[in-house]
Amino acid sequence: MQRESMEFDVVIVGAGPAGLSTACRLMQQANEAGQELMVCVVEKGAEVGGHILSGAVIESRALDELFPDWKEQDAPLKTAVTEDQVYLLRNAEKATKLPNAFVPKTMHNHGNYIASVGNLTRWLGEQAEQLGVEIFPGFPASHIIYGDDGRVAGIGTGDMGLDEHGEQKDTYMPGMDLLAKYTIFSEGCRGHLGKELIAKFDLDKDADAQHYGIGIKELWDIPADKHQPGLVLHGAGWPLSEANASGGFFLYHGDDSQVMVGLITDLNYDNPHLSPFDEFQRMKHHPLISQYLEGGKRISYGARAITKGGFNALPKMTMPGALLLGCDAGTLNFAKIKGVHTAMKTGMIAAETIFAALTNGDEGGKDLTAYSDNFNSSWVYDELYRTRNFGPALHKYGTFIGGAVNFIDQNIVSLPFTLRDNHEDYAQMKPASECTKISYPKPDGVLSFDKNSSVFLSNANHEENQPCHLQLKDSSIPLMQNLPKFDEPAQRYCPVGVYEILQDAAGEKVFQINSQNCVHCKTCDIKDPAQNITWVTPEGGGGPNYPNM
Amino acid sequence: MKILVPVKRVIDYNVKVHVKSDNSDVDLANVKMAMNPFCEIAVEQAVRLKEAGIASEVIVVSIGDKSCQEQIRTALALGADRGIQIDTDTVTDSLSAAKLLKAVVQEEQPQLVIMGKQSIDTDNNQAGQMLAALLDYPQGTFVSDMSVESDKVQIVREVDGGLQTLELDLPAIVTVDLRLNDPRYASLPNIMKAKRKPLAVKTPAELGVELNNKVTLVAVNPPADRQAGIKVASVDELVEKLKNEVKVL
Ligand SMILES: Cc1cc2nc3c(=O)[nH]c(=O)nc-3n(C[C@H](O)[C@H](O)[C@H](O)COP(=O)(O)OP(=O)(O)OC[C@H]3O[C@@H](n4cnc5c(N)ncnc54)[C@H](O)[C@@H]3O)c2cc1C
Ligand code: SF4
Repeated sequence: MQRESMEFDVVIVGAGPAGLSTACRLMQQANEAGQELMVCVVEKGAEVGGHILSGAVIESRALDELFPDWKEQDAPLKTAVTEDQVYLLRNAEKATKLPNAFVPKTMHNHGNYIASVGNLTRWLGEQAEQLGVEIFPGFPASHIIYGDDGRVAGIGTGDMGLDEHGEQKDTYMPGMDLLAKYTIFSEGCRGHLGKELIAKFDLDKDADAQHYGIGIKELWDIPADKHQPGLVLHGAGWPLSEANASGGFFLYHGDDSQVMVGLITDLNYDNPHLSPFDEFQRMKHHPLISQYLEGGKRISYGARAITKGGFNALPKMTMPGALLLGCDAGTLNFAKIKGVHTAMKTGMIAAETIFAALTNGDEGGKDLTAYSDNFNSSWVYDELYRTRNFGPALHKYGTFIGGAVNFIDQNIVSLPFTLRDNHEDYAQMKPASECTKISYPKPDGVLSFDKNSSVFLSNANHEENQPCHLQLKDSSIPLMQNLPKFDEPAQRYCPVGVYEILQDAAGEKVFQINSQNCVHCKTCDIKDPAQNITWVTPEGGGGPNYPNM
Repeated sequence: MKILVPVKRVIDYNVKVHVKSDNSDVDLANVKMAMNPFCEIAVEQAVRLKEAGIASEVIVVSIGDKSCQEQIRTALALGADRGIQIDTDTVTDSLSAAKLLKAVVQEEQPQLVIMGKQSIDTDNNQAGQMLAALLDYPQGTFVSDMSVESDKVQIVREVDGGLQTLELDLPAIVTVDLRLNDPRYASLPNIMKAKRKPLAVKTPAELGVELNNKVTLVAVNPPADRQAGIKVASVDELVEKLKNEVKVL
């Protein structure tokens, strides 16, 4: 069987807020102008929204612009934020509530909505299809197709029906080449094709090192009498502070007696014994959090990395024949912990830039630098520029003093200088022998759980007999290098226990990769101290199946 | 020869089922839905018969609201020729479903109806049998192998403790089991083509069927949570616990 190919005007990789906003805005303009435009979106999840995991408190600014009538069209932003509370967790029992006047302006959520970004993309997907976009869920873009002149010419979808050795099974079906005048890469945080593009076109040559966090989240049904729709809690400090790490928790009261609770652990932590999963599990025992969860039931679990370098780490977003958008580039506003509205806006700006070019007879394949001008004069740029010091301040001065710097910067005077943090997250890990071991409490099965029962709730699944999608550049590194030096931290940073060190019958240590459990969070690709793990797309449809995340 | 394949939209088999807090049903809000796996095997079989030149047309039919068109489109992408959605918001019980399918069979006059042995949501395993009874057609259930020759279909059934081979006169109803075939993947061009294949929408009233469910879902209860396991120090302790605590010995 031969690979077939198809041509489009625009091919979009990833049906997240960025990709779908690009698609919708493109077709809105085409339909208005009565012009034909072929736009398709490929999505690796078995359905749109099934691989999306977010908080989320959503700022509707971009949505207001894209679909001014989103309320009448029943977009799933239903719960308006009613109250913001910000805490500093001082230890396992105590928390200090920051008086409202001390909370950075960026953390005020009046006018925002508590919602599931997965459901928002499901809705955006429907709008896109109605506008005439072809969406193909279950088809990951596995590789980039380059033209002879080096420009991006499109993407190839992965083959289906290969066995673990890469041999064809009876059900083998070759992937397809989708060629386009312009290809949009909107894979979200640490897209594996985005990573290739950044390296190939040296897009980050003027940018600081990118920074990441890993967000672990659960959805709970809680007793109605504890539920306060619209209440938003944020905070930092314990338990991560014990390991000298940073990050922050969130707890949002959505609709239907549900709360979303999560912990984002910054991936620049240095103690290899740290386990973001166990930090999150023990955090739920803090009285501030447990008061809401007690008597409730956990119904969903998942994890996803977050790109948080902000303005200073933003790469160039255009290259010949392609654009890199949303969290694939890193447009999240970390001071607000919000990336949905900015991702959407980058998509809309890209759509407007591309449509203008195509209507002027552009044949595609150009480096659309006009995008940068349009981006620089938009509110996203303004927003990201103003909060550029937020992350570096926390990294540099820690949660407490950094928080104070941020308070001044965000509320009182904009500091006239830029703080920089150019240390790569993966290079921060210290040898295990130099760090204190952390002993995590055993999960009680009520508020806290083990990894097995958690991955079960993510509905993760991959066809078993297929090539492993977690590739090691050098297969000896885990046991020969990472184990002696760092006690192989993959055993702990992976939120679903994909990486295990086991003993075989002869008593020899083996490094086992349980790839079928992978929830596509991308943490291993980011944090492996040897940068030896490459996440690639598995067979289409594999991965988590998140409802309402 | 025309083949009719009824397909059902059900919760995806990868999804861990979560019961609504009022125990009224399984929670389906924003949960991934898919074609019932047994229906997929039925579609695959029909498409193979078409590819082998035995069937001339494969028609898929699904009962449900507009969302089940997604599963019809999937079947069309896998190779079926056209689809029929029987549009209703009522969740039909097996008998109502069989009555609706009977009306479609009478309209379309297929020689063969291939369907899943059961759907993974309700696990009733009776719609096929009921349809055969209503039409007074021969039926072959739990089929793991089949071949069609002129006006007969030979089938192999998986029965307790072995296999049974039967020959049925056409027209007939065949319900398929897991081992019949390995369904193919839908390819991208076929998914695009499927969007342009004909899909008719009919109401139960147009088919002359009055829906009147005889079975009502009263409650759904999840199994009790598994208790945490314990380690015993010796065989004696194990026997002691099995005898006196669990009382199974
Ligand atoms: C724990 C957590 C909490 C957050 N809280 C908030 C919040 O409260 N408010 C807020 O505004 N933002 C929040 N964010 C950030 C927000 O979720 C992201 O900024 C936003 O989702 C980015 O949108 P995107 O379209 O760029 O990428 P994504 O939403 O990640 O979408 C990318 C899509 O592309 C698909 N994809 C990836 N690679 C491929 C490929 N190769 N082929 C095909 N498909 C592919 C993915 O499956 C996915 O569907 C949070 C993030 C996390 C992790
Ligand atoms: S294997 Fe990597 S990408 Fe997959 S869940 Fe684990 S850390 Fe995340």
